Amino acid sequence: MSIRVQDVTKKFGDFTALNQISLTVPTGQLTALLGPSGSGKTTLLRIIAGLEAPDLGNILFEDEDVTGRAARDRNIGFVFQHYALFRHMTVFENVAFGMRVRSAPKAEVHERVHELLHLVRLEGLGNRYPSELSGGQRQRVALARALAVKPRMLLLDEPFGALDAKVRQELRTWLRKLHEEMPVTTVFVTHDQEEAFEVADQVVVMRQGGIEQAGSPQEVFDHPATPFVMDFIGNVNVFHGRVFGGQAEVGPFTLSVKGDTHSEPRTATAYVRPHELAIERTASAHSLAGRVVQVNPAGAVQRVRVFAEEFGIELSVDLVRERAQQLSLKVGEQVHVRPWAARVFTPDQDYVI
Amino acid sequence: MHPSFQRHKRVAGRMVATEPAWLRFLLIGSTIGIVAGIIVIPMIFVFYKAFANGFSTYWENLFGNAEARHAIKLTLIVALASVAINTVCGVAAAWVLTKFRFPGRTFLLTLIDLPFAVSPVVAGLMFVLIFGRQGWCGPWLQEHGIRIIFSWPALILATTFVTLPFVARELIPLMQSLGNDEELAAVSLGANPWQMFWRVTLPNIKWALLFGIIQCNARAIGEFGAVYVVSGRISGETDTMAVLVQKLYESPGAMSAAYAVASVLTLMALATLGLKLLLEQRVTQSLEETAQTTGEAP
Amino acid sequence: MNRRKFRSPLPGFTSTLSVTMFWLFGWLVLPLVACVLKAATLSPSQFFAAAWSSRARSAYWLTFGASATAAFVSVLFGLLIAWVLVRYSFPGRRVVDAMIDLPFALPTAVAGLVYSTLYVQSGWYGQFLVPLGIQGYNTFLAIVLMLVFLGLPFVVRTVQPVLESLEGDIEEAAASLGASRWQTFQQVLLPSLLPGMITGFALAFARGLGEYGSIVFVMGNIPFKSEIAPALIVAQLDDYRYAEATSIAVMLLIGSFTSLGLINWLEARNRRYAS
Repeated sequence: MSIRVQDVTKKFGDFTALNQISLTVPTGQLTALLGPSGSGKTTLLRIIAGLEAPDLGNILFEDEDVTGRAARDRNIGFVFQHYALFRHMTVFENVAFGMRVRSAPKAEVHERVHELLHLVRLEGLGNRYPSELSGGQRQRVALARALAVKPRMLLLDEPFGALDAKVRQELRTWLRKLHEEMPVTTVFVTHDQEEAFEVADQVVVMRQGGIEQAGSPQEVFDHPATPFVMDFIGNVNVFHGRVFGGQAEVGPFTLSVKGDTHSEPRTATAYVRPHELAIERTASAHSLAGRVVQVNPAGAVQRVRVFAEEFGIELSVDLVRERAQQLSLKVGEQVHVRPWAARVFTPDQDYVI
Repeated sequence: MHPSFQRHKRVAGRMVATEPAWLRFLLIGSTIGIVAGIIVIPMIFVFYKAFANGFSTYWENLFGNAEARHAIKLTLIVALASVAINTVCGVAAAWVLTKFRFPGRTFLLTLIDLPFAVSPVVAGLMFVLIFGRQGWCGPWLQEHGIRIIFSWPALILATTFVTLPFVARELIPLMQSLGNDEELAAVSLGANPWQMFWRVTLPNIKWALLFGIIQCNARAIGEFGAVYVVSGRISGETDTMAVLVQKLYESPGAMSAAYAVASVLTLMALATLGLKLLLEQRVTQSLEETAQTTGEAP
Repeated sequence: MNRRKFRSPLPGFTSTLSVTMFWLFGWLVLPLVACVLKAATLSPSQFFAAAWSSRARSAYWLTFGASATAAFVSVLFGLLIAWVLVRYSFPGRRVVDAMIDLPFALPTAVAGLVYSTLYVQSGWYGQFLVPLGIQGYNTFLAIVLMLVFLGLPFVVRTVQPVLESLEGDIEEAAASLGASRWQTFQQVLLPSLLPGMITGFALAFARGLGEYGSIVFVMGNIPFKSEIAPALIVAQLDDYRYAEATSIAVMLLIGSFTSLGLINWLEARNRRYAS
């Protein structure tokens, strides 16, 4: 079941939560709505679910316009940020709720609930109350409850937001696996870019009620459409400068820009990811001298901070382990930093180098 | 403005006291003295007086007397009707005022508290001004042979006014703190409005609702000023128990009868207190569960 | 592009709002409007003559004076009781705590009946007090005694939660800075309790202004001497003088609305400290 959002606008008083949003979520895919708080991602999710009504625009499930339809008639599964489990019902009753209000036969309810509790690995906990469960378990009950009504799509609001780091990681992997077993169209909201990239087939980056970029994780990561996306997904080194005559002078670097036909200088901003910087012991063209101020082993990569006195800027560099061992940097050492890729944004045109 | 149980979380006997022992004993002694002198002894006195002439007189005073029997019946009917109106409307008001945001909401919230600021006598007067013989609707009612003032409908109208806030005031803060998520979850799972209300909302608010009903009922049974004004005090017809107590008090030689009726009212008050204590425990429990469910997991 | 009308995912907005409007407007607003309209049928001089007659003035004096005195006494007693209940543990503490609510639940007519018997010369209290010249029946003191009974729980129940929420460490902090116990109470605890005490005072005061049921028992209700304002309203009604009764009612309403307005204002101000 695909979801189409057409020109949706939503205002809360003077605040524009969504501004003429259009988006297509393809059938069977896992889509992440990614953005900082206030970007409108949760509002969009709630509008798709029918928990909020758009001021303008339409929501289509496949080719059917459901804009005017109440949430209870949309047959969606919604998982709330704080789970919204019915606190006076047991786990079993929670999961059974959707089927019972549809007056499903008792035996069928029983069978399906057990099937789902097995799926979310909560067999034997059917008689517990939500207050007797851990956060991760509550999350899985919420998911089972949403799945029990065989929804046309699954919508999750910050599904792992309230959990600690370890449980979060587990549930993420598990959700991805679950999706592969049961490929129901899924949309989830998150502010955590790592989560979005790890789990989703499609990432939609939102900002101030608009969509900045929508695409596969690879696309978004490698070809950020805007400075905001660049900045939002992961650490980045930012340099300010200008572009003219096929050359970009940004900070300490001069980079050649293909396809630039302007002769007038224009302001530009260059973004370089930490892993797109190389550290060398010898100077070369376009390299920048600096002093190592910090060396942090961070799992697979080594995070190095280099201070370039000449420009008064601090650079963040990620080195793969091999290179890090080769260099074995010490704090205080003099090194040369060189970018091997960068994105240059000007007010009217963007370049990837 | 009645203090409600949701506000106090008991921290029974927090032993931070470092006052000298003599001062502590003095303070505790004064407290017991004040509460005994002002509240407990007067209450015991009711039963002392009611039974002063023996149990058979007591029984005779209550049930051998047609007026007393009628007053008890009328009081219960009026209380039942007022409580029913204020419960249904109070739940509806709590729903609309906590689950939705709309212009004028704050105004309505303020209105609900209003009866606490109106003297019961004034409340009774207002209904006399509308429905009384010389009131706005008086001539029309008379033409159609409808009697409201000096009859039981007026008792219900006035008692409902005086007891209006109790149920809604218990529910509003609770429903506000519970939020909308559970109801939204029910709706998204396909529940219709009644299923949502009976299966999700009501179980969450039942103790507070019961608490409000008990308080509302206690006040409805004991209401005096408003009833006094609108009832016309027609013996055997519009006298409630509270009014009957006053009438017996003023008629010579009926003091023990007055105390007999008063003792029934006192028993009802004590039952209210008992139920309230029980409910407070239940509510504290369910509030703790709420805190657990919404809070972080261990 | 059409702008849709308000729609909420939760059901029942229109129906519950209609019920609420019927309930609040039918039962509260309409009677109040009727009351004000009735008073408005009088010319200003007629209104003044009725609402400010010497009989009415002495009734206000008695009502407002006794309510204020009783509210003040309730605050003193209430503070003491709340303090003891929160901070000390002693046998019977729970019973005392439960009994505080009795005046909320006990019909006022019963309270009036009892108080009218206890303080006369042959009564349990009167036999000791009357010889000392303390008359607790049909005097100013009688109203105050009655209203303290009714007002006490308001003060206890507003001060108690504040006392419970006070952290033990502010006292310890004060003590560590060299304050004596009395200084700590006076300069640290009392100021934090003051808003609760004022709210309790206003609640007890507003309750006192309107009270009728118990006062008729303990007073002779004689004009100029022992007649409170609500009793005057009833007397005027019994004489079918509706306009006069309404004028006095409007004065009473102004009095109690002012004190409740004051509470709301205070509570709004307190919220600043709370956060």
